[in-house]
Amino acid sequence: MKMKRLTYWAFLAPCMLALLIVIIIPFALGIYYSFTKYNGFQVTAFVGLDNYVKAFLDERFLRSLWFTSAVSFVSVIGINLIGLGLALLVTQSIGKFSTLFRTVFFMPNLIGGIILGFIWQFIFLKGFEGLFELTGLSLFNGWLSTPETGFWGLVILLLWQMSGYIMIIYISFLVNIPREVVEASIIDGANAWQTFWRIKFPLLAPVFTISLFLSLSNTFKVYDQNMALTKGGPFHSTEMATMNIYNTAFQVNDMGYAQAKAIIFMFIITVITLIQLYLTRKREIDL
Amino acid sequence: MRNNKRISRTVFILLGTVLSLLWLYPLYLIVTNSLKTKAEIFTNKLGLPTSPTLANYKDAFLAMDFYRSFVNSFIITFFSVVIICICTSMAAYALSRRPGKLSSFIYFGFALLMLVPFQAIMIPLVSVFGSIDMLNRIGLIIMYLGLASSMSIFLYYGTLRGLPQELDEASLIDGSNRFQIYLYIIFPLLKPTTITVVVINALWFWNDYLLPSIVINKDGLYTIPLKMFYFFGEYTKQWHLALAGLVIAILPVIIVYMFLQKHIVQGISEGAVK
Repeated sequence: MKMKRLTYWAFLAPCMLALLIVIIIPFALGIYYSFTKYNGFQVTAFVGLDNYVKAFLDERFLRSLWFTSAVSFVSVIGINLIGLGLALLVTQSIGKFSTLFRTVFFMPNLIGGIILGFIWQFIFLKGFEGLFELTGLSLFNGWLSTPETGFWGLVILLLWQMSGYIMIIYISFLVNIPREVVEASIIDGANAWQTFWRIKFPLLAPVFTISLFLSLSNTFKVYDQNMALTKGGPFHSTEMATMNIYNTAFQVNDMGYAQAKAIIFMFIITVITLIQLYLTRKREIDL
Repeated sequence: MRNNKRISRTVFILLGTVLSLLWLYPLYLIVTNSLKTKAEIFTNKLGLPTSPTLANYKDAFLAMDFYRSFVNSFIITFFSVVIICICTSMAAYALSRRPGKLSSFIYFGFALLMLVPFQAIMIPLVSVFGSIDMLNRIGLIIMYLGLASSMSIFLYYGTLRGLPQELDEASLIDGSNRFQIYLYIIFPLLKPTTITVVVINALWFWNDYLLPSIVINKDGLYTIPLKMFYFFGEYTKQWHLALAGLVIAILPVIIVYMFLQKHIVQGISEGAVK
């Protein structure tokens, strides 16, 4: 028995209305704003593609895009390597320790981005200073005061935060690999290393698609952690694209321009994730 | 062979323990330093406090107006999550009980909207909600409903497809209307999915900073993440208070995690994989 038409729309209405005023209308309006000069109260002029042209010549914006891509690229590789490593570790037969380790590795994921940023600000500024005084290694000196340490600081924070999350995803696939397959390979004389590369790794292909997609889009859109850790400093060198857009909108109050940057940002994310999905899906089929 | 197994087991446990300690070290530093005086943090950063004091906690608790910030965070998180569970499960129920081109089209539309990153709608969202005088908590809850709808509908829809239609039909013949069926038969059956939806959304809203920072501009309505900036002003940084404030801010989530760990981990993993 099909649901009656009226009931159908009544059940769908709250979500559709919310999506309409929260996403669809603002999105359409946003595209319009990106072609205008807009100060947050009124549109003062229609400027065509000027905002877009300006964005492509804006060195600070381009640098923020480059910085975002670099942070994202390095973190995605790190998060997935560590996440997979941790997942393999906690799925060994180690009894109760397995749950304990999972609990610990996943915990940072529960902490909000702002608080994470502040925690690591203390670790890099004071904790590392303490390690420097203790060991004399210049490696620990002056963190977050240079573009390089700001970059690695953000990467370390993201690794700590997200590896446990990606670990959970890998675990859910690892435990679904049929026991018999693994046991058969062991009986055939494969060692742990061979079992992983020859048996588990190919069966994990679908999970790579998911975990790469999630880590890629999550790291690309980071704002809170960036804001609380370095606030973009020193001299905007660690400013991610999201922060650059925010600052253009709410500090410079150049909303039309900020909106054009946001559209460019959206375009880049979409293209990158589509390429990633295409490549990993293709690999899934090849294996 | 057996000996080999025992050795590798020991190695794995050792490795895991070392990594766990490394993972917890940042939190250890935060907690131990939060028990030191302002002066001691400068001279002794890595060691245990010489004379632990809870004074920082008392000051931080007052400074961040913890009780009020906690209630503010709770109100927003609680109402957003409840409304999302009701609205999205109803929407998913409708889509699953009238299969056809229209439903597929609407479902596809929901999926497409997930591709829009928050930054692309941030500015116009403020102008739209500003123009109807809704830059307040109710507005924020509506925004969360819009932003979280697609994902939650997917999760519910996935489960609903597995529930046979005969279930509804028997009750329809008994004279119940659709809403009663949804409320008394369907919604209780969706409980595992509801847990997943609650977990992923509650964590998001509880920890969110960017959207509330734009929407909520009255100091008395600040949530915990907004309030953290009290300790991190432009020029003054009082680490002893800030660290105590950070510990207070993480504590509620960690406590909930300890009790509901199984559900939280499962919820996160289902939410990600589906």
